[in-house]
Amino acid sequence: MLNQLTISELAAKLLHRKVSSREAMQACLDQIARVDGTIHAFISHNAADALAQADAADKQIASGVIKPLLGVPIAIKDVLAVKGQPLNCASKILGNFTSTYDATAIEKLKAAGAIIFGRCNMDEFAMGSSTENSAFGVTRNPWDTSRIPGGSSGGSAAAVAADECIASLGTDTGGSIRQPAALCGVVGMKPTYGRISRYGLVAFASSLDQIGPFTKDVRDSAILLGAMSGVDPRDSTSVPQPVPDYTKALTGNVRGLKIGLPKEYMIGGLDAEVKAAVDTAVKKFTELGAEIVEISLPHTDYAVAVYYIIATAEASSNLARFDGIRYGARIEGNDPLELYSKTRGAGFGDEVKRRIILGTYVLSSGYHDAYYLQAQKVRTLIRNDFLKAFETVDAIITPTTPTAAFKIGEKSGDPLQMYLSDIFTISCNLAGIPGISVPCGFTKNPKLPIGLQLLGKPFGEETMLRLAHAYEQATAWQREKPPL
Amino acid sequence: MEYEAVIGLETHVQLKTKSKMWCGCANQFGSEPNTNVCPVCLGMPGVLPVPNEEALRKTVLTGFLLNCEIPRYAKFDRKNYFYPDASKNYQLTQYDKPSTANGFVDFEFNGLGSVNGMGKVRITRAHLEEDVGKLTHFDRTSGVDFNRAGVPLLEIVSEPDITGADMAYEYLNALKEILLQGGISDCDMEKGMVRCDVNISVRPVGEKTLGAKIEIKNMNSFSGVRRAAEYEIARQIEVVKSGGKLIQSTRRWDDVAGITEEMRTKENAHDYRYFPEPDMMPLAPTDAWLAEVRALVVELPIARKQRFMRDYQLPASDAEVFKSNVELGNYFEGIAKQSKNPKAMANWIINNLLSKMAEAAKTAETSDPFSPSGGEGRDEGARADTGLATLKFPPSALLELVALVEAKTISSAAAQQVFAEMFTTGKAPAAIVQEKGLAQVSDTGALETFCDEAIAANPAPVTDYKAGKVAALNSLKGQVMKLSKGKANPALVGEILERKLKA
Repeated sequence: MLNQLTISELAAKLLHRKVSSREAMQACLDQIARVDGTIHAFISHNAADALAQADAADKQIASGVIKPLLGVPIAIKDVLAVKGQPLNCASKILGNFTSTYDATAIEKLKAAGAIIFGRCNMDEFAMGSSTENSAFGVTRNPWDTSRIPGGSSGGSAAAVAADECIASLGTDTGGSIRQPAALCGVVGMKPTYGRISRYGLVAFASSLDQIGPFTKDVRDSAILLGAMSGVDPRDSTSVPQPVPDYTKALTGNVRGLKIGLPKEYMIGGLDAEVKAAVDTAVKKFTELGAEIVEISLPHTDYAVAVYYIIATAEASSNLARFDGIRYGARIEGNDPLELYSKTRGAGFGDEVKRRIILGTYVLSSGYHDAYYLQAQKVRTLIRNDFLKAFETVDAIITPTTPTAAFKIGEKSGDPLQMYLSDIFTISCNLAGIPGISVPCGFTKNPKLPIGLQLLGKPFGEETMLRLAHAYEQATAWQREKPPL
Repeated sequence: MEYEAVIGLETHVQLKTKSKMWCGCANQFGSEPNTNVCPVCLGMPGVLPVPNEEALRKTVLTGFLLNCEIPRYAKFDRKNYFYPDASKNYQLTQYDKPSTANGFVDFEFNGLGSVNGMGKVRITRAHLEEDVGKLTHFDRTSGVDFNRAGVPLLEIVSEPDITGADMAYEYLNALKEILLQGGISDCDMEKGMVRCDVNISVRPVGEKTLGAKIEIKNMNSFSGVRRAAEYEIARQIEVVKSGGKLIQSTRRWDDVAGITEEMRTKENAHDYRYFPEPDMMPLAPTDAWLAEVRALVVELPIARKQRFMRDYQLPASDAEVFKSNVELGNYFEGIAKQSKNPKAMANWIINNLLSKMAEAAKTAETSDPFSPSGGEGRDEGARADTGLATLKFPPSALLELVALVEAKTISSAAAQQVFAEMFTTGKAPAAIVQEKGLAQVSDTGALETFCDEAIAANPAPVTDYKAGKVAALNSLKGQVMKLSKGKANPALVGEILERKLKA
């Protein structure tokens, strides 16, 4: 089944003309036709356009063109701009908006030959941890369709887990790639802040957002990271750091590497099966020759609170442009104010409104210093915790999530419980460091994937990927497929 | 009780850059609506701002010109408010870490608040921000043109050092001259390149605390600012004198009616929820970059005027001409240094050259009234044809001309003819003098003959002179000049006539 292949497997077959890109694309489309009625990983996809791209790739392959991703179908979260494709951010407010330009990451993938297809479902404007906050309906977890796939990039994670594509892109502001990757049993990575240009990513929280890949193994993650990384003149927060061939870091040798185990992460709410799986993974690293060191990240407790102040503050401003004046849906009013409130009142969902209100509040005169400014200070302390830890360790190991996938509707009435499901992933964004989630086992009954998180130094993706890859090779959890 | 006004100005100036502040769109006035736009300045989903380095450079250059400190750390912030002219519904500006701070402007000013003919206004800061779109209201709808959205805008905030409407007016003119000559902005008020808000309060003379600050908006000229300030100061004094209370508020100037009207009070002021722009890194100018910008600093107009008066002993009126017309000043300076008589050079340039150039410009304009390039283009064309750079004679010719007059080779009257000729043809003065036979006759033999002829032919003035009417000599001199066709050396003629008549 071509749709089940990894990027490296498919690319090798395409290179040797064993299969065509059209066949691979068709296999993905067939799988979508077969399972997406249930999973609903996609808000929309244009099959004709995808096949046309595949045919164009086949022509290039036939004429001897060699590109790393030539003919490989990659699905895209509905928050990234792809020229000529709809861009909704899973919100009603954008109406029938079509992107007029390509995000830099998309441009780079296209230049590497990838087929860019489909709009993956997500929590509206990437705000959520379950993909239940979508104006286009919920996405279901391929391992148990009564459960959520995680979020906010739930559609991108489910699409890879259900083999509806070869790989996909998501975005991660507080765990929105790593958490759904863990809950869907795939590999998801958030690179260092500034590693991949954010140009064309519709901002939720500008200082936290990063684009990253969902893949079926760690090698693919390294391939896509390499394809998308690099400084971009259109994003002044992108960093002019050289881009290595990340696949070269996948040596399988982790002997002598030091991995920190933060004592603050073994919290009360941590599910016993998740804890057991992570403990086993830690042992596996010891067997592989890595050294496990207990470390302390003393400001961990403040991460969720700090995150929900900074992220919502930035979001309240970032989402102000969705006003019905220049594009998107509009409900007329007698004056601009009435137009704004009618348009935004009808266009945004509850969670988005909740966060805009919260963010507006923490920036308001009289509260700004107590909330926003204070949160920025604590953010620095959290980052310093990590930088200090990285003076002695090469990477940090934690669970990705406190529990496996929960039931649809289980937490949607309790925002605070929902926010706490990102407790292990949020600090990474606050600190700006890279993180990856790799499968590390399953719960017994029902059988649900568990994710292991590895955190790296700023621009330390190579070491992080080497560890993740070595672990994956030693365990092969990623080979398990959901019962679809 | 006597009252005094306390005034501070916030002046917005569009920077002269090729492209906008965050994108590559043209920074150009007068294009068709929404043609200089792109996803970035339209605030499309997913776009990011990238600062225009030329705008950063011009901001810091302004700081140098206004004697500001240049902080080693600056940043942009978001000023959040909803209005259809803001494509993102926030404006990027520098809130608490501006690129320049703590400067001052010295300018010539006589009046309330002046010291020895000078005024001084301290500059709180000159910070960089982005302009917004332009709204046009139609019958039932409104349109917004985003060509102006994202144009780099400098806000120059003064301390409340201004004590009256005239001082505000002179400060603005001085500021404009500095920005124009520094290459910061074209400062065209009609194109909205300079906009000014005025903060005014009044207090009893001698009182230290400030009165309620009232902001006046919507003036579209410097004289509008002066009129608005005059009106508002009188209005506020009237209110407090009659026992009323002023509250912090914003008022709109109605230029036609000549009055200010309340727009909003402090209670319903905006809460802009400023916070650092997370889409951009803070600015940390390096020493090398600052040195590069410093090298672009030009001499301040006031310093230039004072230097011209000092170095070339020019009267203030001449130095003033060279202060406002930099090109002309440079032209003057280019030859004045080689001249023994800079004042004479200044006279020639200001009295003769300028008027000849103006005449030529007028001719160029009227000779082709249906020029297809139209108003602005024609104007520029005319300037280009008659400007200093295209003069037909080299600057050294003026030196030569003055030298000929000083050496008494030609008379002042003849010098005018020579100048007219060299302006038209570019020929060298000496050549013109020779060609037209304009050299003064200093040959005493020839002059004696002319004088004898004049005395013989004009008995009346001769009698008068001899009777003690000294002025009668001039009449005889005139006759000699006539006989010599203007070439006689007048001083010599006077001497000879005197000698002959006294004999």
